[in-house]
Amino acid sequence: MRKSKLFTNARIVAPNLNFDGNAEILVIGDVIAEIGENIDTPQDAEIIDCEGNCIMPGLIDMRVSIGEPGAEHRETLKSAGRAAVAGGITTMLIQPDTEHPIDDAAMVDFIIRRGRDASLAKVLSAGALTKGLNGEEMAELGLMSEAGAVLFSNGQNPIKDTKVMQRLMSYSCAYDTLVSTRPQDPWIAGNGNMAQGELAARMGLSGISANAEVIFANRDIVLAQATGCKLLLDMISSARTIPIIENAKADGLDVYASVNVHNLCLNENDVEDYRTFAKLNPPLRSEDDRVELISALKDGIIDVIVSGHDPRPPEEKRLPFDEASFGSSALEVLLSASLSLYHNGHIELIDLVKTMTLNPAVLLGLDSGKIAKGAPADLIVVDLGYPLRFDASELYSKGKNAAFDEKLLQGKVLQTYVDGEKVYDIETGHI
Amino acid sequence: MNTLIKPQIRAPFAKKHLLQILDLNRLEALELIERAEGFLPYTSIKEKKLDFLAGQTLINLFFENSTRTQSSFELAGKRLGADVVNMAVKSSSVAKGETLLDTAATLNAMGPDLLVIRHKSSGAAQLLARKVSCSVINAGDGTHEHPSQAFLDSLTLKRTFGRIEGLKIAICGDILHSRVARSNIMLLNMLGAEVRLIAPPTLMPTDADKWGVKIYDNLLHGIEGVDVIMALRLQLERMSGSFLPSPREYFRFYGIDREKIRVAAPHVRVMHPGPMNRGIEIDSEIADDPRISLIVDQVQSGVAMRMAILEAMASYEGGEDA
Repeated sequence: MRKSKLFTNARIVAPNLNFDGNAEILVIGDVIAEIGENIDTPQDAEIIDCEGNCIMPGLIDMRVSIGEPGAEHRETLKSAGRAAVAGGITTMLIQPDTEHPIDDAAMVDFIIRRGRDASLAKVLSAGALTKGLNGEEMAELGLMSEAGAVLFSNGQNPIKDTKVMQRLMSYSCAYDTLVSTRPQDPWIAGNGNMAQGELAARMGLSGISANAEVIFANRDIVLAQATGCKLLLDMISSARTIPIIENAKADGLDVYASVNVHNLCLNENDVEDYRTFAKLNPPLRSEDDRVELISALKDGIIDVIVSGHDPRPPEEKRLPFDEASFGSSALEVLLSASLSLYHNGHIELIDLVKTMTLNPAVLLGLDSGKIAKGAPADLIVVDLGYPLRFDASELYSKGKNAAFDEKLLQGKVLQTYVDGEKVYDIETGHI
Repeated sequence: MNTLIKPQIRAPFAKKHLLQILDLNRLEALELIERAEGFLPYTSIKEKKLDFLAGQTLINLFFENSTRTQSSFELAGKRLGADVVNMAVKSSSVAKGETLLDTAATLNAMGPDLLVIRHKSSGAAQLLARKVSCSVINAGDGTHEHPSQAFLDSLTLKRTFGRIEGLKIAICGDILHSRVARSNIMLLNMLGAEVRLIAPPTLMPTDADKWGVKIYDNLLHGIEGVDVIMALRLQLERMSGSFLPSPREYFRFYGIDREKIRVAAPHVRVMHPGPMNRGIEIDSEIADDPRISLIVDQVQSGVAMRMAILEAMASYEGGEDA
């Protein structure tokens, strides 16, 4: 039997209890046994003095890309797991667009088993909506669901054919599963490299118009209404998409939205001087878009913040801008970067934490993401004020391509616990 | 020996690279044009050789085909006494999959003093400049900029009109894909010209109106009263498809011909960066009329301008980087 742990002298941030204040947490085995003050503690319990720092549920990152299997040089479940727990993420959802797409039950099973063996963070698997992500033939959603897939998505490739999309959304209802779509009209987006606008025009780079997102977001919401599908609009980037989601929610549709942390903290000017590390899809847009996305997050129109972790080796990034891959390594920066929204007074800490813990847990049907009696003891100790100059070369992830490289940030995870077991400590590294 | 007075050696130039117009300030831009004026006489005399760059090495690195720009830089370098090497990219290791940065590292190890690059990707010159220790001159990067072309156009204008400030200049054609247009817009704005852009809406960049220019989709409205019309080359692949329906429709509405330029100022001059599509963006009658066309002057200015650019960049001594 594992030693019990009593976390004391801590500010507990528990969105599920709507509680942000001082309390103690007792962990027995792999679950949270008690929350409160002067908890009746077993004699041999290990006392962990949090020195006034925060304890919050471990983060659940709904959008993580890796390279395993097939492109292990990009990222493995092991390296991603190490990066995740160092960033306070205790659960990560693997996207289906791996080298060999996760498009059948065996692949889902592989990811889950391999994740259990190799990753310090818990690993969940998404399933592909279509075979080989081809956008045409429906994948075995039912069998993958049975094998443990918690969400279905076509990764970065939007499903172009509206009829196929409608059938997928309709079919998914039988398994009551969450369908995630990247709202981006591929014809309008073309081979765009950054947000369309004055800067892109001046830099001579082809732009991705916000229209691409607005059109497909509208399309998918119309289909969600027609089919009753539970829909997640994956990583929205434009202010113009926000009212569409707001209306869908007001109409009582089962529609949710996520945002990439990069789009909340950076804008298109970070691409200036052709910085390929900031080449992302969806692209970084204008400052106005960024500000509106933050408001939408605060207002609950956007439900979830994701890291959009997409590690890329140097040979894919150290290229002229139009030849470079999209993507940024972000598992280790999700928390620190999103805390800037709290530090800048845009959002209450508890509301911010909710978008990376409780909200994704509810969407995915997990029992984690909260601080509650009997819930898994996935906990992180966070120093909100920890000053940080983000250095991509020091990442645990294999991908050193971080758009946040050299940014000044505030807040860092000090310790990470998964199922009551300490897996990361800022002093000693991984355990 | 020639009878001309050798252009004076100037103070070192303040910038190391020429990558995009907005890296320079107005005074530096004017200085470059002034330096070029000093080299102009050398383009028309028998003994053209100078020794400003004697012992220095210029590498021409052209990833895209070019006749006039490459030979213009080559001549400019040779007339200044530099050793000029043209890298034949098509038959080199680049064709075998070497990346731009690997090529840059290799070239850098050869210790050139000046590197002139043309590449199909916007920002390629910036990328190269970060990785090599010599001066980098952008001879066209994707749809971003072609600064030496803009400078030679301004030099041509100055020779023709005696000034640039206050000139009404219409840039006409495929602005969206034109690096020549971008460099000219930035430079002419900086030098105080009144710039108008004319293009079919499908070939106008998003938010171009934020560049301090006037936007037109009607050629006749756009060239009304202008002193200068700059026609741009229309790439073959854009002549039909979803940008434009056909070359003949384009010529009908946007081609520069004698009939249309009647609405411009009586002394209007027409420019073209070349190579021309006669009968598509410009009528031969205009292109070949020495009273209207400045196209030959542009080529002549090109060598002097590039001499000035090479000499200025080579004179950089440090301090402000880039």
